Amino acid sequence: MREVAVIGVGLTKFGELWDKSFRDLIAEAGSKAIIDANIEGKDIDAIYVGSMSSGRFVGQEHIGALVADVSGFSYTHIPATRVEGACASGGLAVRQGYLSIASGMHDIVVVGGVEKMNDVGGTSATETLATAADQEWEAFFGATFPAIYAMIATKHMHDYGTTKEQLAQVAVKNHANGALNPNAQYQRPIKLDAVLNSTMVASPLGLMDCSPVSDGAAAIVLCALEKAKRYTDKIIKITGSGQASDTLALHARRDITTLDATVHAAKKAYKQAGVTPKDIDLAEVHDCFTIAEICAIEDLGFVKKGEGGRAVEDNITTLDGSLPVNTSGGLKAKGHPVGATGVAQIVELVLQLRGEAGKRQVKGAKRGLAHNVGGSGATCTVHILEAV
Amino acid sequence: MGEAVARFWREIPQRYNLIANKCTVCDKIFFPPRDACPYCRRKSIGKMKDVKLSGRGEVVTYSVVHVAPENFEEQVPYVIAIIKLEEGPQITAQIVDCDVKDVHIGMKVEQTFRRIQEEGYTGAIYYGYKFRKAKT
Repeated sequence: MREVAVIGVGLTKFGELWDKSFRDLIAEAGSKAIIDANIEGKDIDAIYVGSMSSGRFVGQEHIGALVADVSGFSYTHIPATRVEGACASGGLAVRQGYLSIASGMHDIVVVGGVEKMNDVGGTSATETLATAADQEWEAFFGATFPAIYAMIATKHMHDYGTTKEQLAQVAVKNHANGALNPNAQYQRPIKLDAVLNSTMVASPLGLMDCSPVSDGAAAIVLCALEKAKRYTDKIIKITGSGQASDTLALHARRDITTLDATVHAAKKAYKQAGVTPKDIDLAEVHDCFTIAEICAIEDLGFVKKGEGGRAVEDNITTLDGSLPVNTSGGLKAKGHPVGATGVAQIVELVLQLRGEAGKRQVKGAKRGLAHNVGGSGATCTVHILEAV
Repeated sequence: MGEAVARFWREIPQRYNLIANKCTVCDKIFFPPRDACPYCRRKSIGKMKDVKLSGRGEVVTYSVVHVAPENFEEQVPYVIAIIKLEEGPQITAQIVDCDVKDVHIGMKVEQTFRRIQEEGYTGAIYYGYKFRKAKT
């Protein structure tokens, strides 16, 4: 297998972007990544794009070709493929791009992720997100998507003594980071009380425990490592790529509070990279709900099972902590345009590893991990990136 | 929603009667029924046998839903739970006929047949299982 580098990144602002269409967003992110990578259109061998539900959100499928079209690549006739794995669509697209170069098939690939969620109403957006869960055996009986994560939270609190305050502190931390990210949907700090007193959605999760409905797109340019030097001096290598699956429904899992797909994807990525959780300097994890970040830091091996809440309380995961988590603001504050999220995580890691993350820069960051989850844990990708 | 009705009536054995199936190779029981046992895989093909579940179990975890999809809006706040049935499978269902504050992990429950959701005033009404506190 060939080694693969990220040589360019591009991100739109995340948020309620009323004046931007699905097409505008992905074209903007893609152009930014291509300019950042210092490549030309003729250099690109293929496009992969992650999107969870363009069909329900904007009434458009067939977006592989669409993205190539709106980005100006229709007459180069390069292959353009859409990848879907619910909220992990972006991470899957990154992995497909990575594999296509590692295999020797392509040299340079653009990977995009996009979602335009605000063209439908809030109820419709929530129902579309619920399609990531098991429609026949969870949603049919009234389990909403927040309720499924809420059931993980109830069990975590029962089994390990995790508190609502610890959950809330995840949101407080991620908003503090988001306040330092000019592309974040929410760029303001929030107080613990605001999270604790927010409107109840599905107990124990309130509105401020949930990531928002967002519009946005992200893109990266991947290149065979041996050719990356032609384009940039700041080479960021993908040293590990893991993907795993689990049952679609939460109730059929081995353990309600462990996302085994995360455990297995991480194990593969660590092994390939030849590192352990202790070697990771910072991580972007899938905090679609506050409880999800607590489970993630446990399942990724940063802390023992059950100690995630305490780790957050002890400020281990803040920007100046021993393991900064979600320096971008995470899904909670940066926003969660679902298909874009997994790609945007890579963008954040690349900025950090290049030393270009501005006010939220983690000093001396050399190795980062990105963790992207689909549904309540049926799909997971983990990528490990290192500055060369 | 306006879907074809077949997708709802073909689930009747499960949603009305809790029909599961059992892998006769390893004796594990699955609900909803599976075409192949995920433990025995190819060895189990053609060896899955229907069994009816007792409908008794206990609450593994739960949440009180306050913000619900349109078809469930009339029911809020309602309790959604994962229930471990005494034959082994875990399922997601509502807990009803009790104060939401009384629901707890480990609570013994039993199946009851109820209206699950309705598509507004004129749409279809869907029935199936919910659970309530066990009488014994």
